Amino acid sequence: MRRTVGRRGTGDLLIALVVTAIMAALPFGYSNELLLFNFVTFLALSQGLNVLYGFTGYLPFGYVGFFGAGAYGFALTVMHLNWPPLAAMAAAGVAALILAAILTPLLRLSGAYFAIASLAAAQSVYEIVANPALEDVTKGPYGVSLSGVFAPMFSYQVGVAVLLFSLVVVVWLRNSRFGLALQAIREDTVSAAMAGVSVVRGRTIAWLLSALIAGLVGGVYAWHISVFYPDTAFNIQFSIFATVFVLFGGATTLIGPILGVVILYGVYNTIGITVPQYFQLIYGVLIVALVLFLPNGLVSLATRRGIRVP
Amino acid sequence: MTGDLLTASGIEAGYGKVQVLWGAGVAVNERESVVLLGPNGAGKTTFLKVLLGLMPAWRGAVRFAGDDITRMRTDHRVRRGLAYMSEIGVFTGLSIEENLRIGGQFVERATLRARTEELYGIFPALAERKSALAGALSGGQRKMLGIAKALAAGPRLLVMDEPSAGLSPLFVSQVIEVLGRFRESGLALLIAEQNVAFLDLADRVFTLEAGRVGFEGTVEALHADDALHRAYFGLEGS
Repeated sequence: MRRTVGRRGTGDLLIALVVTAIMAALPFGYSNELLLFNFVTFLALSQGLNVLYGFTGYLPFGYVGFFGAGAYGFALTVMHLNWPPLAAMAAAGVAALILAAILTPLLRLSGAYFAIASLAAAQSVYEIVANPALEDVTKGPYGVSLSGVFAPMFSYQVGVAVLLFSLVVVVWLRNSRFGLALQAIREDTVSAAMAGVSVVRGRTIAWLLSALIAGLVGGVYAWHISVFYPDTAFNIQFSIFATVFVLFGGATTLIGPILGVVILYGVYNTIGITVPQYFQLIYGVLIVALVLFLPNGLVSLATRRGIRVP
Repeated sequence: MTGDLLTASGIEAGYGKVQVLWGAGVAVNERESVVLLGPNGAGKTTFLKVLLGLMPAWRGAVRFAGDDITRMRTDHRVRRGLAYMSEIGVFTGLSIEENLRIGGQFVERATLRARTEELYGIFPALAERKSALAGALSGGQRKMLGIAKALAAGPRLLVMDEPSAGLSPLFVSQVIEVLGRFRESGLALLIAEQNVAFLDLADRVFTLEAGRVGFEGTVEALHADDALHRAYFGLEGS
């Protein structure tokens, strides 16, 4: 059994490395680097959401709050402390972790209550950051400019490193006892506790890991675009997209969110350019069809036949 | 009322302002099989929840292997050797193999591997479908998986809540036969039931009536008491 698990883990890790290598190499052969960066952003963000939703069942509508906290964690340390970008990336992760630690009591809620409470929390953070009275600290609603550290190619490759980190976390969860314990929590918290699983510890670690990934993605996003506003960093669209990508591809798997991003974000960018007048209609129909016919995501086409999906 | 493995005494507990248990208690010795008999609503499940730490005891104490575990977290109790099989029993969204790995997730890998193989030997129907989702199993197979999962960590005491629930008489016989084998191997059992067929397993019997222990003794003593015999077997006393 151990050998089987080990082999599976190696295979999953290989997929993570291949995806990372492809994303790292693409800018050298494709000129629309901003589009590629958005792919990297959503690939990593959807894996971060997958850590929480896929493995514990908590669906945070306010996931963008960690992303925004990371973006501002990066920006504030660059603006006020003149930290170099890589050190500011660490600050981005720490900012998201601090926010997650403060919001840990939300884990006492479940289902829709948790989803809505997390959204309200993200909105609260946005209101604080965008408050004109805090202009001296956050620049309020007027936005921040980080042109001094603008380095599109370097920040892109750091974004790829963050993507690799998010993929490795999911590979670890899929192949470790801890990940299995999290899935037990997702199935039934009481039964998980009765199997010796520390429910509070497990879901808190998943919550912090998920927030850390979103914070790092937010930090590298802030670095890459360099000029942004609170409306940009706390745009609910990040939560919606990440959620839709995970649900579309299939949670708890490594490959599901990747498929979700590649297909849906690919379609989003394709039809958004070629037939923009039908864009929302086509996108909406696609999502409704998925929810109706494949509620567990694309990967369920294989898993329902007993095929293990990485 | 003391047992060298588990002793619960003077347990009072309930939901909100509604008190369900009024000084209930039980004692289980090493390698002993105890059946907690009682009708629906007697407080059996509530009592077991208190033993496992899923509900707080308002009053009273629970001791396991010499230690006071009254305020201990559920997962810590389980790690000390107290296993619980609820009526639900299994994680339906996970495979048979994953259920067993979760059951023994705090055991050293080599030990768990050996233990799992041993359990597959006892439950060959599970061994044939290791990758199948637990939710795809029949009620009887789920019950067997629930028992196997609870035993994967090698506990000292297995606490079960109505193992006969939802099973046909044939499967009930199979569950009793399997539990009998584990009892012979030295596992202590505490089984809350209203199905008197499980008395075949019992070294001692406790009855729970409206949150209080009514009778404590051997199966023979239970049979010898006309009123109890009528209450639990629905037959005229001999």
